[in-house]
Amino acid sequence: MTLTRIYSFIALAVLGLVGLEACAGKQAPHELHLFIWANYIDPEVYRLFEQEFGVKVIEENVDSNETLILKLQAGVTGYDIITPSDYAVAALIRQGLLAELELSKIPNFQNISQRFRGLYYDPQNRYSIPYLWGTTGIGYNAQKLESPPTSWADLFEPSRLERYKHRVSMLDDPREALGAALKYLGYSVNSTDPQQIEAAKNLLLAQKPYLARYDSETYDDFLLSGDLVMAHGWSGEFAKARLENPAIRYVIPQEGGVIWTDNLAIPTSSQKIELAHTFIDFLLRPQINARIVNFLRYPSANDAAKPYILPEILHDPSIYPPDEIRERLEWIRDVGAAVQLYERAWEEIKSR
Amino acid sequence: MNARILLWPGFAWLVLFFAVPLGIILLISLAHRAPDGMIHWGISAENYLRLLDPLYWAGPFGNSLVLAALTTIVSLLLGYPVAYAIARRSGPVKNLLLFLVILPFFTNFLVRIYAWFILLRPEGWIAWLLRALGLDLGLLGSPLGVLIGLVYGYLPFMILPLYATVERLDFSLVEAAQDLGASRWQSFWRIIFPLSRPGVIAGAVLVFIPVLGEFITPKLLGGGKVPMFGVLIEEKFLGRVPDWPLGAAMALVLMSLVLLVLARYFHQLKESRWVG
Amino acid sequence: MGRLRRWADRIIESLLVLDTLLVYIFLYLPIGVLVLYSFSASRYALVWGGFSLDPYRRLFADPEIAPALLNSVVVAAVSTAIATILGTLLALAFERARLRLQGSVEALVYLPIVIPEIVMAVGLLLFFAQVLRPFFSALGLTLGPMPAVLLGHVTFSISYVMVVVRARLRDLDRSLEEAAFDLGATSWQVLRRVTLPLLAPAILSGALLAFTLSLDDFYVTYFSTTGGSGFKTLPLYLYALQGRAAIPPQMNALATLMLLASVTLIALALLIQRRTRRA
Repeated sequence: MTLTRIYSFIALAVLGLVGLEACAGKQAPHELHLFIWANYIDPEVYRLFEQEFGVKVIEENVDSNETLILKLQAGVTGYDIITPSDYAVAALIRQGLLAELELSKIPNFQNISQRFRGLYYDPQNRYSIPYLWGTTGIGYNAQKLESPPTSWADLFEPSRLERYKHRVSMLDDPREALGAALKYLGYSVNSTDPQQIEAAKNLLLAQKPYLARYDSETYDDFLLSGDLVMAHGWSGEFAKARLENPAIRYVIPQEGGVIWTDNLAIPTSSQKIELAHTFIDFLLRPQINARIVNFLRYPSANDAAKPYILPEILHDPSIYPPDEIRERLEWIRDVGAAVQLYERAWEEIKSR
Repeated sequence: MNARILLWPGFAWLVLFFAVPLGIILLISLAHRAPDGMIHWGISAENYLRLLDPLYWAGPFGNSLVLAALTTIVSLLLGYPVAYAIARRSGPVKNLLLFLVILPFFTNFLVRIYAWFILLRPEGWIAWLLRALGLDLGLLGSPLGVLIGLVYGYLPFMILPLYATVERLDFSLVEAAQDLGASRWQSFWRIIFPLSRPGVIAGAVLVFIPVLGEFITPKLLGGGKVPMFGVLIEEKFLGRVPDWPLGAAMALVLMSLVLLVLARYFHQLKESRWVG
Repeated sequence: MGRLRRWADRIIESLLVLDTLLVYIFLYLPIGVLVLYSFSASRYALVWGGFSLDPYRRLFADPEIAPALLNSVVVAAVSTAIATILGTLLALAFERARLRLQGSVEALVYLPIVIPEIVMAVGLLLFFAQVLRPFFSALGLTLGPMPAVLLGHVTFSISYVMVVVRARLRDLDRSLEEAAFDLGATSWQVLRRVTLPLLAPAILSGALLAFTLSLDDFYVTYFSTTGGSGFKTLPLYLYALQGRAAIPPQMNALATLMLLASVTLIALALLIQRRTRRA
C-alpha cells in the first residue's frame, strides 16, 4: 500500500472516464443540435419534426450573442443551428464562422417578407435568414405610472424621473443604452460623431442616480414584482410579462427606437449541413412558424404565417408596430472604429 | 518523507490544466483587438499601457478592494464564534452544526440570489421594515446590498478553515488558564486566538482574494451600479463591445498584484517561523 | 473585581451565543424564502402568486431534470474526491518538506483562487478547443463533456482544499509523527495512521468547500462543454429554464428538494455515526 496506488487510482479514474466518453462521444446521425436562446422554440415543434423526419432535435442554450460568438470563435464545434441577432451575424460572417446557405434547399424562404430580405448585415441572405424580430423601447406598469411614457424624455429627464427614483432600469448594454440617449437627443443610434456620443454619455451620467439598475436579464421580473415602474428593454420580454400581469405595457418612444432580428444560421463547423437546411425550411413553414410566434409573442419575419397567428398578437401594436412607427426604427449597425468611443463612454458611465 | 512524490500529482495537474490555459490568456493579453472585434495576434504592451488609466483603478478596483476587505472582516467577526462553537461540541452534534453551515449551499447560486432579491427588493418586507424604522436604504443596487450578498456567499469559506484549525486546539489549556486566574476573554485572546491564526489567515485568503475578482454577485445585487474590477473584466469578455485582450490584461494585472501581496506575506511567515 | 470579571465573561459568552444564532438565521433566511416561494403559483420567481403545487408538478414532468441532477452529483463527487486527494498532498508537500523553487510552485497553486472565474473559463475553453481536443482526435479519441467538466472542476478546487488543510497542518504537533517514526513506522504508515487522522476535520472542510464550488459552478462547466453533447449539470439546466430572463418557481422547488435530500442523507449519516459509537 503506497501513494503510487492512490495515484494509479486517480489515473485510472480519469482514463476510465475519458475512455467511456470516447465510445459515447460520437454524434448520432439522427440528431440535430441547436444552440439557441432558452425557451425560443415551442417543444411541440421538435416533436413534429421528429415525427416527420425521424430526427431528434437537441437544444442547448446560450444567453447572449456575445457568448455565442465567444464559443464559436474559440473553436467549439458540434452545433448545427444557431440564432444570432443581426449584428452578431455580421461579426460571425466576418470571422468566417457561418456556412453559406443553399436557398434552393429552403423553398420556404419565399415566405419571408420582402422588407426582411437582404438586410444590412447579409445583403444577399447568403448566410442567414431572418426568423423573429423585435424592437427596443420602454416597458412600464400602467397601474403605477400617472401617465404612460411616450418619449425617451420620460426615461432621461431628471424632472420626470424624480417621482420614480430607483424605480427605473436601463439595459446593461453600451450600444442600446447610448443608442437610446442618442435617439432622445435626435441623433442616429449609429452616430460616429464624438461630440454626439459625449452628449449621450452625459445624459446617461445625469440619469444614473435615478436608476435602480442597469439590467438586461431580470428587468421583467422586477417590473412584475412592482419594484420597477419603467424599464428600457426588448419588446418580447414585455409581451411575455403582460400575460402574467395585464398592466405591463410596452411603447416605442415617439423619437423612435431600435429594431433587431434574430436569424437562423448554420455554423461552418456543422457536420449536418443538409439536415440543418431541412430544419430551417421546416421552421419557415407558415403553420410551424405561427405556432412559434403564438408561443413566444415575438413578431415573425414570415408573411405566410400571418393567417395562423393569433389575432390578439397580430393586432397588438406593441408587438407588431404599425408602419408609421416602424419607419422611425433604426438598426444598430457596426460603426467601425467609432466602437471605441462607445466602449470608452460606457466604461466612464459604469465605472463612476 | 520524499516530498516530491507528494508534490508532483497536484503540481503536474495544475501545470497542465491551469498554467497552459493561463498561458493562452497571457497570449491574448499581448494581442490587438481591431475595431470590428477581431483579434490580431502579436506581441504588444498596448493593453497593459491602457491599464494605466486611473478610471479602472479609482472606481472599480477601489470598490473591489474595499468590499473584499469588508467582506473578510465581517465574515471573520460573524464566523469565528460559529467555528468556535462548533469546534467545542463533540460527536454527531458537531458534525450536524458543521453541515448546517454548508447546507444552504447545496442548492443553487441563482436560486439563492433570487431569494435575496425577494428579501432586499424595495417593495420587500425588509425594506418595508426599515422604512417603518425611518431608514430608507436602497439595498438592491447599493454597495451595502452587494456586501450582504458577498458575506452570505463567502461565509462558509471563512467558517470551515477556522473550524478546521480551532477544532485541533486543546481546550484544557483554556481551563488551565482560567484556573490560574485568567478571565475567559483573556484566555481566549492570549491562547486560543493566536493558536488559530493559521485558520484566520486561510479563511481570509479564501474570502478576500476571490471577492477581488467576483462579478456575478455585484452584477445582480449591485444592479450594475456598483463598479467592481471583476465586473469590468467580465464585460470585456461577455459585453456587447468585447475586448478580450484588455480583459485578459486586467485579469493578469490583478493576479500579479495579489501574488505580490501573498509573496510578501509568505516571506514574513517563513521568517517568523525561523525566529520562533 | 471577581464579580466584574464574571459579568464580563457572561456578557462575552452570551454575545458569542447570540452571534452564532444570528449567523444561522442569516444563513437560513434566504432558504426560508426559497422554500416558501417554491409553492408560488406565479410563473415569475419574484411574484407571490398564491399557494400552489404547480412548480413541483412542472418539475416532475420535466424529463431533463433527472439526468442534470445525476450529472451534477457525479461531477461534484468525483471532482471533490480527486481535488481533495491532490490538495491534501500538496499541503503536505508544502508543510513537511523543503522544496526547491517553493515560492514559484506555491504561486502557481494559489493562482486558481486569484483568477476571476470567467477568465479561467475562457482559458479552459480555448485550451480544450485548440489544444486538448485536437490532441485527442489525433489519437482517434474524443474528449467527452464529462471528463472535460471534471478537469475544470478539479482544477479550481485543488487550491481551496490545499489552503484549508495547510492551515491545520501548519502548527500541528509533530511529536506524534516523530514518535511513530522512532517506533519504526514507515513514512506511509505514519501518513496513514497518524497524520491523516489528525488532518481529518480539515480534509472534510476542504472537501465540503470543493463540493459546493463544483455544485454551483456555471461558467467553467458552460465553457467546457462542446456542442452536440447535450450535457447539462443543474446550473446549466436552471439557466436553460430561466429563458432570456425570468427564473420560474420550479427552480425553487428543485432547490427545496435538493435540500430535503441533503438533510435526509445527513440525518442518516449522523444516525449511523451514533449507532457505531454506541456499539
